[in-house]
Amino acid sequence: METAPNFTDTGNGPASIPAAGDKGDNTMDADIRYPENTVGKPLVDDAKMRMRDVNVFYGDKQAIFDVSLDIGNNEVIALIGPSGCGKSTFLRSLNRMNDTIDICSVKGELTLDEQNIYDPKLDVVELRARVGMVFQKPNPFPKSIYDNVAYGPRLHGLASKRYELDEIVENSLRKAGLWDEVKDRLDQPGTGLSGGQQQRLCIARTISVSPEVVLMDEPCSALDPIATAKIEELIDELSSQYTIAIVTHSMQQAARVSHRTAYFHLGRLIEVNETNKVFTSPDHQLTEAYITGRFG
Amino acid sequence: MSKTTEQVRKTLARRYRAEKRFRAMGMASVLFGLMAVVVLFTDIIGKGHSAFVETYIQLEIRWDQDELYIDDPTDPDELAYADYDALIKNALRERFPSVEGRLEKRNLYKLVSSGAGYTLRDRLAENPQLLGTTETLWLLADDDVDRYLKLGQEAQESARLPEQARAWVDELVQEGSTDTRWNASFFTHGDSREPEQAGVWGAVAGSFFTMLVTLALAFPIGVAAAIYLEEFAPKNRFTDFIEVNINNLAAVPSIIFGLLGLAIFINLFGMPRSVPVVGGLVLTLMTLPTIIISARASIKSVPPSIREAALGLGASRMQVVMHHVLPLALPGMLTGAIIGMAQALGETAPLLMIGMVAFIVDIPGGPLSPATVLPVQIYLWADSPEASFVSMTSAAIMVLLGFLIMMNTLAVVLRKRLERRW
Repeated sequence: METAPNFTDTGNGPASIPAAGDKGDNTMDADIRYPENTVGKPLVDDAKMRMRDVNVFYGDKQAIFDVSLDIGNNEVIALIGPSGCGKSTFLRSLNRMNDTIDICSVKGELTLDEQNIYDPKLDVVELRARVGMVFQKPNPFPKSIYDNVAYGPRLHGLASKRYELDEIVENSLRKAGLWDEVKDRLDQPGTGLSGGQQQRLCIARTISVSPEVVLMDEPCSALDPIATAKIEELIDELSSQYTIAIVTHSMQQAARVSHRTAYFHLGRLIEVNETNKVFTSPDHQLTEAYITGRFG
Repeated sequence: MSKTTEQVRKTLARRYRAEKRFRAMGMASVLFGLMAVVVLFTDIIGKGHSAFVETYIQLEIRWDQDELYIDDPTDPDELAYADYDALIKNALRERFPSVEGRLEKRNLYKLVSSGAGYTLRDRLAENPQLLGTTETLWLLADDDVDRYLKLGQEAQESARLPEQARAWVDELVQEGSTDTRWNASFFTHGDSREPEQAGVWGAVAGSFFTMLVTLALAFPIGVAAAIYLEEFAPKNRFTDFIEVNINNLAAVPSIIFGLLGLAIFINLFGMPRSVPVVGGLVLTLMTLPTIIISARASIKSVPPSIREAALGLGASRMQVVMHHVLPLALPGMLTGAIIGMAQALGETAPLLMIGMVAFIVDIPGGPLSPATVLPVQIYLWADSPEASFVSMTSAAIMVLLGFLIMMNTLAVVLRKRLERRW
């Protein structure tokens, strides 16, 4: 459950506030910790997705406060921040996965290629075909490896002939770096693969419908370092064709794979900058406190 | 030795004792349950096994045209209405020539089942050339004779057979003119006032048609309701209200459903009484909550990550349900449905209310012909005064239990089969 205490609550909030105050900064004023506007460069010229003044509510509770952010074409943007800061919630509003939660409501302007994605006229099926998602836990269908990857194309009727489908499946598995490992056992259950292989299968499944944007919600949190390295390598390769937004708890991972990094704190977007800058000389003290391990 | 270790050692023995006690209690509970089952089964099988055989008496039958009052042997009508009982009476009188007087003779005629005449009629209809010949036939004995012979030496005193008749039967036995044979009619006949002619087939057919109607209605409706409530319905006060009421419905005494069926299906809609369609409708109402609750539970057990994966790929809610949720939840749903059906198969009370307790001799030909069902048949027989119905009742219970065990086994097998798909 995402929580976002009010300004006045933050003084008693967990760990974060004293940590920021200890930095020698005497001003305990909330304005300092929560900048009026996001620090850094949240907006870009060549944007694939634009988000303006996004507020997300779970019933009465507000999880996201006035977030404005652009995701550029073919860039990898990492969303980092302590647990419960709203980064997953934000990510899930980008392909309207939050629609499945009854009490969740999203306010603000979110566009994909200048098209409002919360427009009632826009079909959510089409949106999700264009904005794919990879989840935290590998979640292959209890079907064969082939059927797992072929599910999306079949759903949208992307292949009319068997060989076309075969081609899509092979290409997707190749891009996900899984083809050589599974090409002899495509008819075996996808759930029989190892955790890392399952996650790459899920990535293959996501890219099988050729989405424009791929959202990844902590894709490596359930994987060992070797599998993680493979996925990161894969993200690097995919970034030439896809726009990728990745939520991660590992700052090394964010540093390794992303071009830009956005730091979320208690539902607010604190800072967005080039990844290098965020990890070497962050503009905001909260970001610095987080990346130096003071809290989170 | 540290203080902790000391303390732990002290309590160790007590802990082991407690564990042993707990295990013994568990074992005792299981044994008690098993014993109850064993007692039930020995009692039922002990009482019921004798109903699967019946006694036949050997008699010399003279196919006498005059006795039968048949003028024209080619006329099927005349053959059908001829007096076949007279042949049997003749044969009995010839077999025991010393019997005199009306009362004694009546007792004598009662040795053979009243249905034996029909056996002769059928036999003559098949072989008309028998007319005028004499042959030795095995004829079904009356249930009192049957009962007398099945009882042990001491218990024979209590049989309903008159004193004289016992002597006749003993004589027949000594001559080897009696025989016990497999009671095929028990499985092929409908109900009858005469225990030796009664069978469960009518009730089995009635149960079959009733279950057919129940399954055809309850499963689709139950699954659809469960899917709607789990996957589509918004979570608000109204759906909470529905949920509470479904759970309440599961606990409503079944006779209430019978009264409801009587009031609505028969009185309001004017549907016929005693028919499996109405029985099936009533049992559908009764089974629905069970099916809905178990279907909802199995839908809930489908991991949400599967739904998210499909939704994330752009599947509509309907496609998520049809492609992923339903196949994964089906084993649980089927198990629930079969258990619900087994419950419905054993249900008596609501069917009494809608007239399926009527005495029906014909085998029902479809869901619209009057019928009774197995548990009601058991109830009817248990209520009958003839001593032979005691064993018939137990035999019918064995048939019902057989079906129940079959259905529950099917539920287990189906679950194992379908769940093994990864």
